[in-house]
Amino acid sequence: MSLDVTRRSVLRIGTGAIAAVASLGPRLGLAESGDKIRIGTIQDLSSFLQPFGTQKKRCLDLAVDEINASGGLLGRQVELITYDSQSNDQLYAQFATQLALRDKVAVVHGGLQSSAREVIRPIFHRTNTLFFYNTPYEGGVCDRNCFCTGTTPGQLLENLLPYMIKKYGKTIYVLAADYNFGQLSEKWTRKIASENGAKVVASEFFPLDVAQFGPTISKIQAAKPAFIINTFVGPAHASFYGQWSAAGMKNEIPIASQTFGEGGEILRMPPEVAEGITVCYNYLDEIDTASNKVFLQRMRTKFGSDFGYIGDLGVNEYQGLLLWAEAVKKAGTLDREAVIKALESGISIVGPSGDVSLDPVTHHCIFNMYLAVAGKDRKFIIQEKFEKVRPTNPNGVCDLIKRPETNVQFQPEAL
Amino acid sequence: MDFFAVVVIQVVYAIATLALISIGLAIIYGMMRVINFAHGEFLMLGGYATVIPTHAGINLWFSMLVIAPVTIGLFGVVVERLIVRRLYGRVIETMLATWGLSLLIIGLVSWIIGYYQEGAAPPLGSILIGSYHVSTYTFFVILATSVIVVGVYVFFKFTPHGLIAQGTMQNDRMAAALGVNVHKVYAVTFGLGAALSGLAGAILAPMFGVMPIIGITYITKAFIVVVSGGSLVIGGTASASVLFGTISQIVTFATTPIVGEVALLVAAVLLLRLLPQGITGRFFRRGL
Repeated sequence: MSLDVTRRSVLRIGTGAIAAVASLGPRLGLAESGDKIRIGTIQDLSSFLQPFGTQKKRCLDLAVDEINASGGLLGRQVELITYDSQSNDQLYAQFATQLALRDKVAVVHGGLQSSAREVIRPIFHRTNTLFFYNTPYEGGVCDRNCFCTGTTPGQLLENLLPYMIKKYGKTIYVLAADYNFGQLSEKWTRKIASENGAKVVASEFFPLDVAQFGPTISKIQAAKPAFIINTFVGPAHASFYGQWSAAGMKNEIPIASQTFGEGGEILRMPPEVAEGITVCYNYLDEIDTASNKVFLQRMRTKFGSDFGYIGDLGVNEYQGLLLWAEAVKKAGTLDREAVIKALESGISIVGPSGDVSLDPVTHHCIFNMYLAVAGKDRKFIIQEKFEKVRPTNPNGVCDLIKRPETNVQFQPEAL
Repeated sequence: MDFFAVVVIQVVYAIATLALISIGLAIIYGMMRVINFAHGEFLMLGGYATVIPTHAGINLWFSMLVIAPVTIGLFGVVVERLIVRRLYGRVIETMLATWGLSLLIIGLVSWIIGYYQEGAAPPLGSILIGSYHVSTYTFFVILATSVIVVGVYVFFKFTPHGLIAQGTMQNDRMAAALGVNVHKVYAVTFGLGAALSGLAGAILAPMFGVMPIIGITYITKAFIVVVSGGSLVIGGTASASVLFGTISQIVTFATTPIVGEVALLVAAVLLLRLLPQGITGRFFRRGL
């Protein structure tokens, strides 16, 4: 076979060579940054969950900067590998597999919606990739490979509902987003209500794209509850508040919300619409402590003074990463088993929300909860502070120390 | 009795909202056959064109009824010139281009305005019907939609511009042969559709809020109404809005919002199965 050097042959061989080199690319990349510790994150940085994912990513960036500025971890710099899941659960699955198998990261911090979490949690469990879910959710996850640093209903509803019941009355109308977070939260609300002598008079579930609340507002007026509790998620549901205040109902029936404020609603909604809504979170930008002032100043310096509202969606990521880093320092290695043992030995940090410690038994956080009411000038007014609030675990059903092979999400009926 | 009145008001309001968000798209898609995936973003921009001047001190009604439609209309003319003009007749390319435009607009607004722009509170307070509170703004939306629909009808049926536009859409070569500047007609008609979308977004901004991604709340329903309505701008939009508004609200009142949404979608599927050309493909054919 003669080796004519024609243009066609050069093109063919050249393309083949480039393809071969390109396929080595990822592996080459791994080798070159072998000195950096790789942390993975999957966040919704575009489409309808963009405001939430962006703040979470910013908080992770800040935490990584702080770790690197103070000498890194185990003497090495830390690097954040980010995937944009575009508010799409299928992409979560794809990127989780990539982080676990191709990028081989030391830990993954990420996930927003509970539906996304339940897509990637089994993937990380199967591939033995340590996973931190740093978002408030409906509670119940009991999985040795997973650490959930966000609030659970036991922390949020068990402090918010008794406050509302004592202040306003014993009949509750529940408005919930129609997916696992909304549905399970509704079950928790019923349970906690009956424990406090109150009753859920009605529950309505809304697909995520319903933006017309006229019939619901009329039905609520017919039912005359003492107060409303909602688990609204997304831009369509946010229209409820405008329509409610337009109907003049703001001063008639008070609203408590499990989600209001998590996406900067306090800045976006006019005070005439938002005023009076009661919430309870681990973190609010308005917390008046030294550690929070320092944190906010660092955010301002890194992202400019118009970084918006952070809320506990963002701060949970920050605290989650710092907890993991603390455990790595204690374990002295990135090895998953050693880090899990370190995490289960009683790790705690001082975050923007105050003391945060990991509960070894449930792999969730024990921390402060702040109950607040939306005020007149685009700020929350903190009413009460609850300290060392333990995560939801009725009857000790989740015990990862005694039963480390557990891999499930407990639902309220089981308890 | 007062609950019945409230149900009727909510049904009429839902019909009006559907018609309001769809009328701009009905002109752009129904008349010009341009599939505009950036339609939701025109509504979103209309919302911002209302709240930003309002917070800068300009009267809410002026921002809503003048500034918003004019700015978004002009923006529509620019979009038509730069993007849509090159793609007439090419359906797939138009879909892709407007989809890309939608992502671009959302990205630009998220970057330049951000997520924390304060919205406008619904004005006009509320009234009591029996023992039920109803927002007075609801009636304004119904009134505004009626005026807009009548205005569009009058424009296309009785003004020279409107008649020329209709003629151009039906047979552009004949219109050109008769001396009509076809490109100008397309640009103005697209701009009109955009202006109406901006106005719709402006009117609904106090009720729905403003966010860079609020467009997705509108676009599905708008397309369902326009495609099910068929090719006539007024007849199609009106008939489809009445049908879907009534079904979804009555079912929601009777059962739950989930079943109400499902009922609307099932109705759309059935309608298109029975009348693939939309309602006005079969009924009310001679009209606008």
